[in-house]
Amino acid sequence: MTNLEYNDDYIEREQRVLDVIALKQPDRVPIFLYSTFWQARHAGMTCEEAMYDYERLSAAIKDSVLEFEPDSYTLIHPAIALGPTMEIMGYQQLKWPGHEGMSPDVSFQYIDAEYMKAAEYDEYLDDPTGFYLRRYLPRIAKAYEPLADLPDFTSLFYTRLIHCTTSFADPKVIEAFETLARAGREANKMFAEVSRIGAEMKDLGYPLCQSASGGAPFDYFADYLRGSKQGMLDMFRNKDKLLAAMDAAAPRIARGIINSVGDNRCRIAFIPIHWGLDGFMSPVQFENFFWPSLRKVLMLLIEADIVPNLLWEGDCTSRLEVIKDVPVGKCIYFFERTDIFKAKEILGDIVCLRGNIPASMMTTGNPDDVVEYCRKLIDVVGKDGGFIMDCGVGIPDEAKTENVKAMFDTTKNYGIYG
Amino acid sequence: MSTERKTLINYIVEMAEDEANALARKMLDNGYDPLELLSHCREAMDIVGSRYEQGEYFLPELMMAGEMLNDISGIAKPLIQHAGGEEKKKSLGTIVLGTVYGDLHDIGKNIVTFMLEINGYEVIDLGIDVPIAEFISAIEEHEPQVVALSGFLTLAFDSMKETVEAITAAGLRNKVKIMIGGGQVDEAIMFHTGADAFGLNALTAVSLCKGWMGEEATT
Repeated sequence: MTNLEYNDDYIEREQRVLDVIALKQPDRVPIFLYSTFWQARHAGMTCEEAMYDYERLSAAIKDSVLEFEPDSYTLIHPAIALGPTMEIMGYQQLKWPGHEGMSPDVSFQYIDAEYMKAAEYDEYLDDPTGFYLRRYLPRIAKAYEPLADLPDFTSLFYTRLIHCTTSFADPKVIEAFETLARAGREANKMFAEVSRIGAEMKDLGYPLCQSASGGAPFDYFADYLRGSKQGMLDMFRNKDKLLAAMDAAAPRIARGIINSVGDNRCRIAFIPIHWGLDGFMSPVQFENFFWPSLRKVLMLLIEADIVPNLLWEGDCTSRLEVIKDVPVGKCIYFFERTDIFKAKEILGDIVCLRGNIPASMMTTGNPDDVVEYCRKLIDVVGKDGGFIMDCGVGIPDEAKTENVKAMFDTTKNYGIYG
Repeated sequence: MSTERKTLINYIVEMAEDEANALARKMLDNGYDPLELLSHCREAMDIVGSRYEQGEYFLPELMMAGEMLNDISGIAKPLIQHAGGEEKKKSLGTIVLGTVYGDLHDIGKNIVTFMLEINGYEVIDLGIDVPIAEFISAIEEHEPQVVALSGFLTLAFDSMKETVEAITAAGLRNKVKIMIGGGQVDEAIMFHTGADAFGLNALTAVSLCKGWMGEEATT
């Protein structure tokens, strides 16, 4: 793709962001419009509607982008507009609004459970695809359940790979593939809408702030496979296996992100960090279990010319000295409750910082509070560049509109570099 | 048998799960009083708790210690012969606790429960996504000195506020102290909800309770 397809507004906004990632000082502090449900709610939609109506969600995003004119924005569809696809496939890892008794206007929530048994680490390490097909997938969605009966294909060869086609004649397997095809066609509709609105927003001059997402290897196991409790106990009970599995998972996670970024012009990958924060594990555990495999993912992404944008949830102030071990000007660290002013001192000449207006201020404070906090962020964290204005984890679902306006106005006016 | 006692406590405190379980089993097989064995476990939990308070231990150690206590209790409890069963430790006070409605998160809440219990408080844990009416009836039934509201999502801010308002409307507000915590809760949210205090971690929950109820057994 050439620059000719992108208009001046687009290039100007994009450059502002690229500058701060490279720790240069642009013309003003860039600001992202990043939220889960806030934009949909701002447009009068319920959370349920945002999860089911792709076009209305697009319209809500477009309207809010045109209202606030951010330097980057996100198409949240792949993270939230999953209701129809999840219903078809019988997805089990989320509770979501309007489904199975949940009220229509609450956020979706992840169901923390043991989706992989401790005894299955060996299987994961030995044959990850087989483990996924026959163990993991059947546990996370009803449509995948019949795949549990598929054979171990790697045990078969020559004529046996002809004989094993009988597995695919099993009525339950046939039904599974039919259901998954229906789910896939529904997901295609959602992604088609993402492409359509993305192209429209590009023509309006707005670059995306991320084109893929991923996770840290520890979180991959503790959140999605072993569950939080077992994930933590594994640090004692299955230490070596956990470490080996994270080591094996790191390049796979990186590959998933690289494939997802593809040839997108936006080369920023969103990586939320869950279990690495202060209080959850000790500094020593962080250095042994969390950081090494995460760093491996980051390095593979950076090699592939992708900018990891890590959302350090909670407070990670005690980790700052450890997480500064990354190449200069290649990452964005997005902080929620970490002392971002201290982060500027320790990380300011290494990574671009993003954040961190408190959620409480956005939901219960008034515009004067927001103006004051934003000015402080601009003065201290924005000094000499390397900073993107945002809330702690993006705009909270319940933020007051006048506070969002205050955040944008202050950044656009006070955030100009003299 | 003070060497065995010391060794067992040491195994638990140092997270040596297999050794702790094996030794506990061996002690019981040799006729060790199960009640006494459980009191050693509690002693070990107190040390784990204080290491957590000192910032030496973190959530994984609390989880691991909890597992060891559960496993050893599972072996010891069926062996208790005394008529009244395990002697109930005197409680320093009662706390009704839960994750407010709309929010399904429980990790933070569970750590707070764990820390309050090992500090000698009785905790009535109502679980997650707790309807306002359930808090009210639990307060009426258990007459706690403290109500603890937990929440991870920003939607919990208003659920907490409504729960506090309902406690007031039920005429119970002056009978309890209310503390909130979890996720992005801070001082501003404390004012928003009308709670008496907030905490960023489980230690604050314990020190708030100590401040409100004292550290000595009252009953």
